[in-house]
Amino acid sequence: MSPAAPEGPRLAAAAGSGNALELRGVTKTFGALAALSDVTLSVRPGERRAVLGSNGAGKTTLFNCITGDFLPSSGTIRLFGEDVTRFPAHERIRRGLRRTYQISLLFGGLSVLDNVYLACRGVGRARFSLVRPRRSDPVMAQAQDLIAAVHLAAVQATAVAALSYGQQRQLEIALALAGAPRLILFDEPAAGLSPAERADLVAILTGLPAHIGFVIIEHDMDVALRVAERVTMMHNGRIFREGAPAEIEDDVEVQALYLGGGHGGGGGHG
Amino acid sequence: MAVAETASGTTPAPAGRIPPRYWVTGALLLLMPAIANDFFLYQVFGWAFILGTIALSLQFLAGYGGMVSLLQMSVAALAGYVVAILGTSGTVALSLGWPWWVVIPIALAGACLFATAVGALAVRTEGIYMIMITLAIAAAFFYFTRQNYSIFNGYSGFPGVVPPPVLGLDWRQPVPFYYLTLGVALVCYLVVLYVARAPFGLALQGVRDNPRRMAALGFDVFWHRVLAQGFAAVIAGLGGILLVWQNGQISPGTAGLPAVFDILVVAIVGGLRHPVGPYIGALIYVLLRAFAPDVLQALGLSGERFKMVVGIGFLAVVWWSPDGVLGLWDRWRALRAAGRDPLTGRAGR
Repeated sequence: MSPAAPEGPRLAAAAGSGNALELRGVTKTFGALAALSDVTLSVRPGERRAVLGSNGAGKTTLFNCITGDFLPSSGTIRLFGEDVTRFPAHERIRRGLRRTYQISLLFGGLSVLDNVYLACRGVGRARFSLVRPRRSDPVMAQAQDLIAAVHLAAVQATAVAALSYGQQRQLEIALALAGAPRLILFDEPAAGLSPAERADLVAILTGLPAHIGFVIIEHDMDVALRVAERVTMMHNGRIFREGAPAEIEDDVEVQALYLGGGHGGGGGHG
Repeated sequence: MAVAETASGTTPAPAGRIPPRYWVTGALLLLMPAIANDFFLYQVFGWAFILGTIALSLQFLAGYGGMVSLLQMSVAALAGYVVAILGTSGTVALSLGWPWWVVIPIALAGACLFATAVGALAVRTEGIYMIMITLAIAAAFFYFTRQNYSIFNGYSGFPGVVPPPVLGLDWRQPVPFYYLTLGVALVCYLVVLYVARAPFGLALQGVRDNPRRMAALGFDVFWHRVLAQGFAAVIAGLGGILLVWQNGQISPGTAGLPAVFDILVVAIVGGLRHPVGPYIGALIYVLLRAFAPDVLQALGLSGERFKMVVGIGFLAVVWWSPDGVLGLWDRWRALRAAGRDPLTGRAGR
């Protein structure tokens, strides 16, 4: 796996300062609707967390507040010890945060390699360069490593629009791995994937370097509970339950609300 | 999403892979002085290259960045004014007479600074709002130059602005001026093509297609757009300097609202998809400007109605092909590729 380990004094300091992500009392309202209400959540560096909940529970709004797509109505968001509540999205990305989208947001006219190259440039220093890259460009090599890591090497020259849906989801992950990510937000990465592609996805997620933590929104309980160390359940914009996967699975209220008394894979759509 | 350029195709195409139409066009342009008269060299091709270069700056912003700015003619005029004010002109009392190699870099820097400052305001908006803001600033620039006498010499402007006699040549003569404008146009065209495939241009196309995604990749969308305005201003500035040399003067009318809209018309008629579009649009526009009065008079109509012809031509192109002439070209090629006659639409020619 190619994502670089975090370097530099700031990162080292942050690693020793506590949580990778810390939300305190985050509320987001749209008019009279409270999409998030007083959400408090902590994710340790390197931790793998699943956020589950029914449609409308506020999961994607939570991600949008963390990434800076939405400014929270109240509350604070800290990333590696730094208050980023009012930071624009790109500043959070440069601090090691990444995300994927529920619906793939890729550049369809570009090749797979170009998409990943762009992502590598975005978190690098030469993003305003007017000089075209040479084939020996180390960023290009970095992009190729990432493509191999998500099993897309065979189609790296293919236009993204020509990829299968599953391949596009894998490419989303490659974009999130560009640079030196420290915390990745995966928004339903398994949605629409075949069983074989889901197995591939689980292999990619469990194979991530230990220093990279992630938060995953996933309706497929099998995927979510296999890759996560802890689970946060959301309901109506609030944190409803938090615990280890086994605790969540055994929780009677959770079963009643989301699993219908037990789950057989993919049954957590609620 | 439709990012058209690629970064991984980084090796320049070998000469053998350049399509024959490029060689033919290049040879024709180089040999043009042998077959065209002075009027065509100076008034048609010279003007078309200048207008095309200014419109190219709009193509870069709109085609690659999704930013339709009506400021490009004002930026070009500012560069022209700087050349007249700091260099030599017929208004001796106001022109400072500095050497051209000092004046031209300052003119380009001034244009860049102006566009960057306006861009920082304009890129906070999109679509029709950006058009309206840049139109308002273009109008303000026009009225400012017309009312300011201490710097811009008001209504009269600066007559007698000529290219410097570099290499012992009189660059205002038709043949040298033709090659000068051709050279600048070619360099600007190639630079835009090159930058479109560099990280900056590639990211600009990403910003155009999905600014939210680009921000999530770590790009500062705001500054990327602002810097694109600055880059485009250098191209527009070069066009503005050539324009003041061609006209031999500059006055508020150079950046009046008709001229501002002409640049938009030129870019749209040619097509915003590729840097060659503005040059095609400029050639069509200049030919219409040059010959429409004669055609109208031959038909018994007033020659002053040539703008109506330009307008009808613009509407026709937009109606038939929103992508301009380049869009028509693409459609024709698609039909050919499908083995159909482009005129009858019948398959199996």
